[in-house]
Amino acid sequence: MPQTASAAEQAPTNRALREFLHGLPGVDEVGARERAAGLATRSVKTTAKAAALDLAVRMVDLTTLEGADTPGKVRALAAKARRPDPDDPSAPSAAAVCVYSDLVGVAVEALRGSGVGVASVATAFPSGRAPLEAKLADTRRAVADGATEIDMVIDRGAFLSGDYRKVHEEITAVKQACGGAHLKVILETGELATLDNVRRASWLAMGAGADFIKTSTGKVAPAATPPVVLVMLEAVRGHRAATGRTVGVKPAGGIRTAKDAVRNLVMVQEVAGPRWLDPALFRIGASSLLNDLLMQRSKLRTGAYAGPDYFTID
Amino acid sequence: MSGTSGTDTDGGRAGDGAAEPAQDQNRARAERKGSRLDGQPLEYAPAPESRSVVRLREAYDPFIDGEFVPAETGEHLTTANPADEEPLAQVALCGEADVDRAVAAARRAFDAVWRELPGAERGKYLFRIARILQERSREIAVLETLDNGKPIKETRDFDVPTAAAHFFYHAGWADKLAFAGMGPDPRPVGVCAQVVPWNFPLLMLAWKIAPALAAGNTVVLKPAETTPLSALLFAEVCQEAGLPPGVVNIVTGDGGTGRTLVEHPGADKVAFTGSTEVGRGIARALAGSGKRLTLELGGKGANIVYDDAALDQAVEGVVNGVFFNQGHVCCAGSRLLVQESVAEEFLERLRARMALLRLGDPLDKNTDIGAVNSAAQLERIRDLAETGRAEGAHAWSPPCPLPERGHWFPPTVFTGVTQAHRVAREEVFGPVLSVLTFRTPEEAVAKANNTPYGLSAGVWTEKGSRMLWTAERLRAGVVWSNTFNKFDPASPFGGYKESGYGREGGRHGLEAYLA
Repeated sequence: MPQTASAAEQAPTNRALREFLHGLPGVDEVGARERAAGLATRSVKTTAKAAALDLAVRMVDLTTLEGADTPGKVRALAAKARRPDPDDPSAPSAAAVCVYSDLVGVAVEALRGSGVGVASVATAFPSGRAPLEAKLADTRRAVADGATEIDMVIDRGAFLSGDYRKVHEEITAVKQACGGAHLKVILETGELATLDNVRRASWLAMGAGADFIKTSTGKVAPAATPPVVLVMLEAVRGHRAATGRTVGVKPAGGIRTAKDAVRNLVMVQEVAGPRWLDPALFRIGASSLLNDLLMQRSKLRTGAYAGPDYFTID
Repeated sequence: MSGTSGTDTDGGRAGDGAAEPAQDQNRARAERKGSRLDGQPLEYAPAPESRSVVRLREAYDPFIDGEFVPAETGEHLTTANPADEEPLAQVALCGEADVDRAVAAARRAFDAVWRELPGAERGKYLFRIARILQERSREIAVLETLDNGKPIKETRDFDVPTAAAHFFYHAGWADKLAFAGMGPDPRPVGVCAQVVPWNFPLLMLAWKIAPALAAGNTVVLKPAETTPLSALLFAEVCQEAGLPPGVVNIVTGDGGTGRTLVEHPGADKVAFTGSTEVGRGIARALAGSGKRLTLELGGKGANIVYDDAALDQAVEGVVNGVFFNQGHVCCAGSRLLVQESVAEEFLERLRARMALLRLGDPLDKNTDIGAVNSAAQLERIRDLAETGRAEGAHAWSPPCPLPERGHWFPPTVFTGVTQAHRVAREEVFGPVLSVLTFRTPEEAVAKANNTPYGLSAGVWTEKGSRMLWTAERLRAGVVWSNTFNKFDPASPFGGYKESGYGREGGRHGLEAYLA
């Protein structure tokens, strides 16, 4: 598997990409599901739980991606990301907020000096159905407005029709448009359907220059299922072994409870390795998850659960 | 022993190609900022399952005719926790008189009650037992872990649920025996003498008792000398289910007790699971007696990994195949046959995966590898591992500190093994994997079959035609493909050659208990 990785980068013809991607070892769906389920039985308690919850908070990309988003909503979200638990100064900030590209300016303003990143979805999110020029314009505008991270979607139609070259070119072009901003590539695994496709799309995106590979837009179900995250973690591990470059992973969509988040961290540790237990290399795209993490945090500290009204909704 | 821990006679540790073991980065941790992880391992805090659900008695009597009655020998054995060598309880060492009483009770129950009971009524008792096993699952799981040394995650997620599943499955058969393919009105055999091993004490009991009872037989069962407690708890379950006295009898003791039981003239059928050596002795003793006999004996299962296999899942399957239950599995995939073209990459992934195995307190919910059941078994594993080294194979174990007390053996992989090595031929019955390579499918099959055993095998390939071609040619009772160690009550299990004869589970398994 490793030897051909660089070949694929140099010669991104459809044939070369196909040969490389289809030459990757297959994924056995039953086995992958079983492994993910096995890891989900890991028991993370007391000190380990405290460390995991704090880390998970720092990995959250706090997200609002609605047609009804307004500057007010984004400012509220930014305040929440900056200081998730006003009652507890020890609660860390979230990693970033994630908004549509037209609201990047608002978010940047609201988060100035906080250390919280601003991620923008771009490239005709969530469908990805737009001409490349429109996708690039979308990206450039977000970066110009101060986005530090770009979450692009791949063209699933092109991927499923076997036009890997088109997917590769789009990612390369968007990566260029990103300049210094980090590029997260959304595979929309719910539309790729098979784990073999998830593995191929992961390698395709990594080969084209993705800094992160991300499961989903959150608009399609199923989203970040444990077997999908498992396969993507195997992919970044393998890619690092083959090329020396470390790519991050971001599950998004469907992770709503602290328990799910901790299970993801266990997978990170035991599949990719502890190196990825770092907000620079693992993010969780979520909105309601954050308050459950805070609630479990405060339960660990105080011994009792506070009701939902003790945690700010945004 | 500690000498083998973390040794690496090959000089190769897991490379970057796989998850890095947590232990590696401990030292660097202090240098990093604050208490934040940032690329440092998440150390799982101890998560022990509580022992308080189990009430151990100081001494246990055998279960005969529906009651716990003192053994006439007056002698006892001590059963201990293999993880810390602390004694758990005294159990009776039953002798001839006790076995006589148990067989007589089983005969009375067979003649007076059980054989004539309508199948639907027998089924109700079996359903009841299955439900009680589920209700008391946590208690049974903890007790099994204490007595056997296997990790709680296995007793909780495998042994107990699968045992209950066997009772549920056979409860369904009890009133449908006319459809078992044994004629319109198959009859029970009579009194069954059953001897089970220590590796899956409760599950092997379920495999034996459930079909026997469903078919209308009564039972005298002897659990293994080192793991009698779950069988005695099962006796309580029988009482709780209101099972008529004498239908199930449990006599405890050592090999002598087992011999007395299987050779008892009152037994109509003998079922034994255990070592090939003992099985051979039983077959010899029973020859010409007219008793029915099924034997489920040893194995040296081969896991064949072709170059087009889903490698990450194949690694999982190989790990599960040989390290599940510390390798104390008769159908363990203790030989890895990997195609030479992917052998190096596969072994690198395998070693990295092995480095993640957590060995330690069996009651901790995060423990993957528990204690070896007995000092005698540990001795045997060490002996064979030592032979492997002496014969020139390379042993490798991940960094894996062993607890000071108790019986422990680190997960070990032998490379550079050939068919001629003892570790490739003899059943180790421990967490020891022998790796051999092959070049062509024909060679893989020839090597897999080149063993006196024939219990299990695994085939890993993404190509359906090759999978079927291989499976057709493997002489093993069970062939798993792209998975390993899957047990379903509906699926018959048993061996070829020195792995024994007869099948357990499924419609085929009923045959042994019906005339």
